Amino acid sequence: MSDSTASATATMPRHLLSIADLDADLIRTLLDTATQMQDVQRREVKKIPTLRGRTVINLFFEDSTRTRSSFEIAGKWMSADTINITGKGSSTSKGESLRDTVMTIDAMGVDALVMRHSASGAAHQVAGWVDAHVINAGDGTHEHPTQALLDAYTMEQRIGGLAGKHVVIVGDLTHSRVFRSNVLSLRMLGADVTVVAPVTLMPSGIRAWSEADGFALSNDLDLILTGDRGVDALMMLRVQKERMSGGYFPTAREYTVGYGLTRPRLQRLVADHPKVVICHPGPMNRGLEISADAADAAQSLILDQVAAGVAVRMSVLYHLLAGAEGGAA
Amino acid sequence: MPREDSPGEGRVVLSDADIARVLKRIAHEILEANKGASDLVLLGIPSRGVLLAQRLAAIIAEVEGTAVPTGALDITMYRDDLRKQPTRTPMPTSIPGGTVDARVVVLVDDVLYSGRTVRAALDALGDYGRPRAVRLAVLVDRGHRELPIRADHVGKNLPTSHSEKVRVRLLGHDDHESVTIAGGEP
Repeated sequence: MSDSTASATATMPRHLLSIADLDADLIRTLLDTATQMQDVQRREVKKIPTLRGRTVINLFFEDSTRTRSSFEIAGKWMSADTINITGKGSSTSKGESLRDTVMTIDAMGVDALVMRHSASGAAHQVAGWVDAHVINAGDGTHEHPTQALLDAYTMEQRIGGLAGKHVVIVGDLTHSRVFRSNVLSLRMLGADVTVVAPVTLMPSGIRAWSEADGFALSNDLDLILTGDRGVDALMMLRVQKERMSGGYFPTAREYTVGYGLTRPRLQRLVADHPKVVICHPGPMNRGLEISADAADAAQSLILDQVAAGVAVRMSVLYHLLAGAEGGAA
Repeated sequence: MPREDSPGEGRVVLSDADIARVLKRIAHEILEANKGASDLVLLGIPSRGVLLAQRLAAIIAEVEGTAVPTGALDITMYRDDLRKQPTRTPMPTSIPGGTVDARVVVLVDDVLYSGRTVRAALDALGDYGRPRAVRLAVLVDRGHRELPIRADHVGKNLPTSHSEKVRVRLLGHDDHESVTIAGGEP
């Protein structure tokens, strides 16, 4: 087959720091590859030799269950050696700077650094210091690109192509990196996006951004859910208690009443739009932003999102690490 | 009938009628070697190998009256030259019945050249089970093997030089059917 076919994909960036590093074609490539990776996930022998001899370090300065474990599984299924380093157990707790920590790890000759840090822009900064490929697994309130990719993948699997579909994102926009990455990728894929939050949880400057990128803003969830535009997908964001110093909303109860996917809201939504899908990046605050009924509803894609996380991260590791260095032939 | 398609297209070594005849012969060879169609699975290597596998299955169905399970085996993730080129998007793999245990697998590809694709396919196959036997059917064998691999069923042996380019076109993938050879020293 060496003679025929072999269409090379557009050039992947060296690092995956932001969805803005990609374009619609590259996202398409990553999602199409994820489809094939999900086949590996369904096989009896979940191992392919693609990244044999590569080393992937998960460097997590913030807590994580699904992102870290899915990157680890993704690496292992592709035969890479994956190692987890957490902020708490590393020398940063002895006072070592971030720069010294990542330079130390890089000096061991690793191929990829999957990084989560509480500072926005941390992954970007680290990418300038190291030879390894850097994958942003969440930086502060900035971006979480692989989450947006797996969200797009999961929604597409259920509702088909996202072009022209209406995706409603609800919750704590100020602190949400998931929202930022998702708006970028969903717009690139041609979806119509409406973001809903109380005024206190809308970041400053969002109006200018929404006008530039063409998404809609609202403070009234019920108005959007019952609107003429319909709803194809509803993404509930986590209320990030750990990033809040209070004062964003009076009580949790009040937030739930205004912006939670409560049982009555769910029933009405499903009655109006039986084909709607519900996403949540996890971890959920059941009873706060999403009711147990909604989380466990037939319309909920929450566990599909977790399953897709592994396939999408395999795809990202493959396209960043497997090919020729620098993307050249 | 040899014909010149257009400048730069090269010399036609198999026409559409030739391809049809060659596939008929290969289908019969497969049946003869296997003493019938029992336990056979045809796995095409994307993209044109899949089309060829389907065509062979159709001929076998006509001759034997049995439907032979046919699928696709993508080898992208098993290539040994991944680092030498930009990454490619893998193609679907579909294994009929989900396993190749105890089956006689016939790998089908369009062109056999270095043998590295087949090596990768054998590795990939091992992750789907343990076939009773694996055979290889190709439309064109152009020589220049780099590994100890040979085909069991060959449509046409085509002596080539490294600088020549063999192109296979098949309906379903291209707008007409032919095998052409171009380039190299005259």
